Amino acid sequence: MENTLLKLEQINTHIEQFHILHNIDFEVQPGEVTVLLGRNGAGKTTTLRTIMGLNSATNGTVQFKGEDITKLPPYHIAKRGIGYVPEDQGIFYDLSVGENMRVGMRQEDDATKERMDWVLDLFPDLKKFWKKPGGQLSGGQKQMLSIARSYVNDNDLLLIDEPSKGLAPVVVEKVIESIEKMKEKTTVVLVEQNFYMASRLGDRFYILDDGITVHHGDMEQLREDEELKRKYLGIA
Amino acid sequence: MIKKIQRSTWIYLAVAFLLVLLPFFKDERWFLFLMIQVFTFGIFAMSYDLLLGYTGIISFGHAMFFGIGAYSVGIILDRMEASYTSLLIGILVAALLGGLVSFIAGILTLKLKNHFYAMLTLALASMFLFIAEKWRSVTHGSDGFTFRLPELPGPLEDHRNITIYMFCLVMMVLIFFGLRRLTESPLGKILVAIRENEGRVESLGFRIMPYKVIISVISGVVASFAGVLYAISIRFVGTNVFAIDVTLDALLMTIIGGVGTLVGPIIGAGIIEFAHHYLSSLADVHWIFERWIILFGIVYILAVIFFPAGIVGTIKAKLHKRKHRKIEAKQQNADKMAS
Repeated sequence: MENTLLKLEQINTHIEQFHILHNIDFEVQPGEVTVLLGRNGAGKTTTLRTIMGLNSATNGTVQFKGEDITKLPPYHIAKRGIGYVPEDQGIFYDLSVGENMRVGMRQEDDATKERMDWVLDLFPDLKKFWKKPGGQLSGGQKQMLSIARSYVNDNDLLLIDEPSKGLAPVVVEKVIESIEKMKEKTTVVLVEQNFYMASRLGDRFYILDDGITVHHGDMEQLREDEELKRKYLGIA
Repeated sequence: MIKKIQRSTWIYLAVAFLLVLLPFFKDERWFLFLMIQVFTFGIFAMSYDLLLGYTGIISFGHAMFFGIGAYSVGIILDRMEASYTSLLIGILVAALLGGLVSFIAGILTLKLKNHFYAMLTLALASMFLFIAEKWRSVTHGSDGFTFRLPELPGPLEDHRNITIYMFCLVMMVLIFFGLRRLTESPLGKILVAIRENEGRVESLGFRIMPYKVIISVISGVVASFAGVLYAISIRFVGTNVFAIDVTLDALLMTIIGGVGTLVGPIIGAGIIEFAHHYLSSLADVHWIFERWIILFGIVYILAVIFFPAGIVGTIKAKLHKRKHRKIEAKQQNADKMAS
């Protein structure tokens, strides 16, 4: 498609001697939530890290808004408008919630302040615990802080890695609601093992297995394909 | 927050004021000299804390900067006439050389893992020690050399030790507040973030290297200045200023006082300098105290067991916990009332 926001072509990634991603092809359209699904060790996190430049692709290309970003360092990729919420949330434990948010801000213009206000309305707990050290937050609050921090910058794309991991169902519901609201404002690539969350948020899906893209399509199609869910996602 | 900063600032100023008064009650030479050592090593340990505590960079050769400062001012005052201009030139040369060497060490290694910086600084410190020992025509080799200081104006000359005490104290206080301002600025927060998770800071859009080099240079300049004060206070420079013991002292002062606290290293410097003095003087009581370093090792182990975050770090953590427990209780009460 012409207006593809992110495009991975024949991406191969090695971590030390291990060949993790094998010729991954992957496209993200603006305004959509694209979900990466697959079992543990399928290569979902490595795909996000490769997009972000934290793991370097041995061959293939990553294009963002038509520009080849494959060999760029992470700070240049972030500046081009990609926000990343890692699996471990990446909270700075010794900094307060407010400081975590400020460290995440690349600019302090009116638009950034507007986004900050919007995201604090979305996660009122962050405002409540503004001065509390990041390390003392609950798992759900850390997740919200991590998502909120990635949103304050003018990012066109958010990469969110397993936001439901280790969270209580009631907190997962809150996270789903917040990503649903963010979806109206930005494009999201979501790595998720929780199929309930993935199917509620996703517009498209890609299934990875052993570092290979085995299926992709509309989420609607996956919701109805019991065989595919059983085979690759272990859902009976 | 503002209230808290103001309160702690007042406490620090009150302590500084008491230290200003101290020589008027206890002006023995050995005591003033000991306190001057605390101030100079306090500054040196703060410069180490900037690296280790705020940015997570380990240096095994931090003594190099201390030695550069001491030798710069010593050589210039030895070669030129003992005037204030020479002293000022010595200080400037020390700052410039300290900054330059730390810049080069930073540029060469800080792109790599932190232990490369540790190893390079160790190698450079050994190189400077070698130069100080072998370039006898300038450094007087391992004998070291004494130098003259410019005459102090009027009655200050009669109270030279007190004047040097005051000068070192004022410098320590100014450097402390300056560095505190730096660590509380957005730059300081990014440094803490780098210490905690470099990859995360990069993926937020920050290039790590310049931040690390900047802090390495600031730390090098401050450490050089500590060396200048040390040389001025004893009017002698010897190769011992480049010894690894000096770096280890800074490390111990920082760890015992509290890594990443700034005031902790000053307290650590006080504990180590006084322990050094009193434990060594116990040698007259029993021969075992001749090996005071063994006793000090025990004190150090106990400090690490009971104060794992250092003295100031542990106290701060306890105060933080208590404060947040209070805030949460207040919040819960408010929620209850609302429901």
